[in-house]
Amino acid sequence: MTDMQKTSLAERLAARFGDTLKISVVRNETSAELAAADLLAVATALRDEPGFRFSELVDLCGIDYLGYGQVEWDTETVSGSGFSRGVEGEAMGRFDWADRPRGVDQPRRFAAVIHLLSIEHNQRLRLRVFCEDDSLPIVPSVTGIWPGVNWFEREAFDLYGIVFDGHPDLRRILTDYGFVGHPFRKDFPLIGNVEVRYDPEQKRVVYEPVTSVVPRVLVPRVIRDDADLLQAQAEAADDWRRN
Amino acid sequence: MAQEIRNYTMNFGPQHPAAHGVLRLVLEMDGETIVRADPHIGLLHRGTEKLAESKPFNQSIGYMDRLDYVSMMCNEHAYVKAIETLLGIEAPERAQYIRTMFDEITRILNHLMWIGSNALDLGAMAVFLYAFREREELMDVYEAVSGARMHATYYRPGGVYRDLPSQMSQYRESPWHKGKDLKRLNSWREGSMLDFLDAFTDDFPTKVDEYEELLTTNRIWKQRTVGIGVISPEQAQAWGMTGAMLRGSGIAWDLRKKQPYAKYAEMDFDIPVGVNGDCYDRYLVRVEEMRQANRIIKQCVKWLKANPGPVMVENYKVAPPKREEMKESMEALIHHFKLFTEGYGVPAGETYAAVEAPKGEFGCYLVSDGANKPFRVHLRAPGFAHLSSIDPIVSGHMLPDVVAMIGTYDLVFGEVDR
Repeated sequence: MTDMQKTSLAERLAARFGDTLKISVVRNETSAELAAADLLAVATALRDEPGFRFSELVDLCGIDYLGYGQVEWDTETVSGSGFSRGVEGEAMGRFDWADRPRGVDQPRRFAAVIHLLSIEHNQRLRLRVFCEDDSLPIVPSVTGIWPGVNWFEREAFDLYGIVFDGHPDLRRILTDYGFVGHPFRKDFPLIGNVEVRYDPEQKRVVYEPVTSVVPRVLVPRVIRDDADLLQAQAEAADDWRRN
Repeated sequence: MAQEIRNYTMNFGPQHPAAHGVLRLVLEMDGETIVRADPHIGLLHRGTEKLAESKPFNQSIGYMDRLDYVSMMCNEHAYVKAIETLLGIEAPERAQYIRTMFDEITRILNHLMWIGSNALDLGAMAVFLYAFREREELMDVYEAVSGARMHATYYRPGGVYRDLPSQMSQYRESPWHKGKDLKRLNSWREGSMLDFLDAFTDDFPTKVDEYEELLTTNRIWKQRTVGIGVISPEQAQAWGMTGAMLRGSGIAWDLRKKQPYAKYAEMDFDIPVGVNGDCYDRYLVRVEEMRQANRIIKQCVKWLKANPGPVMVENYKVAPPKREEMKESMEALIHHFKLFTEGYGVPAGETYAAVEAPKGEFGCYLVSDGANKPFRVHLRAPGFAHLSSIDPIVSGHMLPDVVAMIGTYDLVFGEVDR
């Protein structure tokens, strides 16, 4: 234990796994990026070795990095033409199926993010595994190491279409029986593809293309590079407000 | 003559009073014994995480209440904490005490709901009625600070929406509340909300005694829970269990102690731990948690009474300026307009913020690309991880034990399905 207190988790990870892990520490949170091929060996070591003992897998989720940093409102060039400028609803989710963004050149779109917890050492670790192939994202399943990940992997499969190789029962979990598509992908419209209604003539519930909702933008997605917060803190420190 | 006996499949829920909402369980049975349990979830899936991606940060706080809709403010806490981490801001001390207090009020609310419904599932009707009597008082506290009995949207990045009210709401005279009855109902409500909570916390331990008297030594209750759904500590960790499910199996793990947030480091309280890891131990753990939560509330009330102060950061990019100020200051008006039309940008990065919600670890994994809306929000719901373990745990048990097990998981489908 004395050894443990001297070295940080990041240092121990680097010493044990070397180049296999790309380690970063931001705001006291340790993250490591690794290749899908190394996942099983690293995960087993992380669970079993006395220096790590990540006995619990707290969370696993998918991410779709399509459109990362994409905005709907251009704040750089003009400001003369008011709200309507550039607000076209092209960011994630704000389109219907016909106008969905395609062919975006984005190497490695999908990732699975795992959060581990070591109860013994009171430590957390985040692992990120990018999927090599965008059209068929595959990550090895860690159900053999932490059985509790079963449903989390099913969820990531259901919502993002990430295939977990070796999963014993990779079915959809949250969406409807017979659902088509992976709804949390960024190229899946927020309004969905089909809507249901009861058809009195056929006397049953029918699925139809969405017509009752139109995709629209209420608040455009915007990234501003001015240091908003620093400025605000300076303003708050200023006492003009109290005069 | 040899007779062939076949296993049969039974459908449990989604319309079943013991299914706690919309759980559909497909049970493969060998007579009365469970061979395999396959839960079908997602009937309450609303795509909260995707919806949050399409809205400015603040507009999704209300969605958090609707996840685990019996422990509302704890969910808000995780989300707000994640945003605060990325923004690099910290709520004022008073706001943190208020959050600690309301987290514990929420814990009692949740456990009261749990004890009532679990007892109801296992055939003890009366507990439900007793539990809801106290729940009503605490709902009034929710209403006093936020205007809503359940979906409060009270926590905000940078603090809480407003300070505690100086006057607790009172019952009016009506055909149902009048005379001596009305006077008794209003006797705690003469002063401020904190006075009301003071009176409540003085009284609450005797109320917990009442529930315990109904259940703890009750023969039927023990027959239904002792030795049922035993989870070993190794199993609990392998299945990603947290909260009372983990503590019931003898592991003293509580984020409030191990990774303290808000003002838990300053609080004096104990962590109850079970021994056998069965439904009965988890019942005892949760009952004791109510008593400990009561202690924490008491300490918070004492501090809050003595220390007035701001409850929101003075950062007008994140928190709205005061109404009076907007009448005079153009800056304030601009900030107000910007905040409520566009919101605020959160610096690019990712974080995982977890709180000890009544059901276990409720986490929020937030990825921002610098925009005014989150790029990805993932909500780690304790019930989701717990329910996934139902198959290995109930296999070999009898059918009625499934009901005991669903009860002890403390499931709410708002968070399981998200």
